[in-house]
Amino acid sequence: MPLLLLAACGSSPQPSTQSTASLPEAHVDPATAGTISGRVLFEGQAPVMPVIDMASNPQCERQHKVPFRAETVIVNSNKTLRNVYIHIKDGLAPAHWAAPAQPARLDQNGCVYAPHVQGIVEGQALEILNSDPVNHNVHAESQKNPAWNESQPPRAEHKFKKFGSAEIMFPFTCSVHPWMKAWLGVSEHPFFAVTGEDGSFRIEGVPPGTYTVEAIHEKFGRKEGKLTLSPTGTATIEFTYGS
Amino acid sequence: MAAKIIYRRGLHLWSMLLALCTLMLVVVGGLVTSRDAGLSVPDWPLSYGKLMPPMEGGILYEHGHRMIATMVGMFTIVSMVWLWRVESRKWLRILGVIALLAVITQGLLGGLTVLMLLPWWVSTMHATLAQLFFSTTVAIAIFTSSWWLAEPTTTAEQTATPIRRLSLIAPILVVCQLALGAAARHKAIGSIYHICGSPIVAGVILWLSLRISVHYSENRELRRAALTLTTITFTQIFLGIAAYMTRIAYADAVQPMPLMVTFTVFHVAVGALTLASSIALAIIVRRNLTLVGAASA
Repeated sequence: MPLLLLAACGSSPQPSTQSTASLPEAHVDPATAGTISGRVLFEGQAPVMPVIDMASNPQCERQHKVPFRAETVIVNSNKTLRNVYIHIKDGLAPAHWAAPAQPARLDQNGCVYAPHVQGIVEGQALEILNSDPVNHNVHAESQKNPAWNESQPPRAEHKFKKFGSAEIMFPFTCSVHPWMKAWLGVSEHPFFAVTGEDGSFRIEGVPPGTYTVEAIHEKFGRKEGKLTLSPTGTATIEFTYGS
Repeated sequence: MAAKIIYRRGLHLWSMLLALCTLMLVVVGGLVTSRDAGLSVPDWPLSYGKLMPPMEGGILYEHGHRMIATMVGMFTIVSMVWLWRVESRKWLRILGVIALLAVITQGLLGGLTVLMLLPWWVSTMHATLAQLFFSTTVAIAIFTSSWWLAEPTTTAEQTATPIRRLSLIAPILVVCQLALGAAARHKAIGSIYHICGSPIVAGVILWLSLRISVHYSENRELRRAALTLTTITFTQIFLGIAAYMTRIAYADAVQPMPLMVTFTVFHVAVGALTLASSIALAIIVRRNLTLVGAASA
């Protein structure tokens, strides 16, 4: 039975996070698990993002047939907001969630990070690759996890990095190309999603319960709302940002 | 005793070249920060494991800064050796050693800030020491000049308007102001501290210059040094306002904007000139102004 709850407004500070390695192993009963879905709406005039000036590195410029615009704010044609990270902030029983064996990927292609926003589970590997013919430096500007900055020349071996503590969210930057920025959310659990081209999200396999769900946008900040997910049910939540 | 000191044109020209290259280094260092290129080369002392990486994007600024720094370091070694071989003034030889120690420390701070991912305190020390090192090279250029060795046009200091102490306070305040600016630039503190410091520093410099212009106007060298310092200081204030305004205007920019970079880098460079000219004025005050009771000595 769908349950619609509107999000409460207001930003909140960085949630407290700590490693869950010492907690009991988490288990979800597939027979009762449900789904959290929703959309992130945008009200008002959509801001026009500036074209990135890649003239300082013509090899970057040549990889784009049309001028590339900053991805800070992308409002979809259906007035929804892209690249919003959604996760269960509160309500899950304390447990250690196993990290997926499959690494997440962060590519540097056309002197742009792809994807712009993504989430991983703590302990999951992040595979970083350089598909460009130019040098990059990858700077993980994490606060709770040790920050690092490493070079990655063209055709260099992929990097595999793990983050041991939950941290939502922190940027990756490249000082060779100062416009490059990506955001990573490292979560204790696998219940997160990022809005795409239609502004919707869907988090599956969630145990029934009452949860605080948080939306985070790199420019517009944090919003949260509460919902109750019934066994095998679908709970829907909408967030609204505006200019 | 002064007659024994010989003017060495080569040494003076070399000292001038060192000061000029150091100013260029300060400018490029300002570009590194303003262009957000400080971490574009993650390793140190090599760059991407090489002596010469591809000069693309931010690497152009960061590695270019390292190359000029290496050149300035070598020039400073030559300067120190030259001073020790030919200079009869022991204090000047010691100043040469101080300059060398400063440039070595500066290089280490530069490497450290890269390896430690730009901690504000290392970056601030690196930026402030850069200004002090530049002033040291300017001082060496002054002390090796024929002008310094020539008989000074002395004026007796007036008891009612002493400027010796004030001329020392000015460079100390400028150093503090530069350190605040560096700390603000590296996000250790808000810009407000640097902004609030500027009228104090400008006020002291203006007061010092006015005193010199009014009470010691017959001493041409003093007057010109004071005018130069005042002109540079007010240029610096204009550049500071411009840099701040462009930062506000481009607060949401996704990459460093050329106008903001230009004003900020000029502000850094003219900051170095402000310190150097305030130190130069303090030196000239001590040279051209005789203590009361010693004027006829």
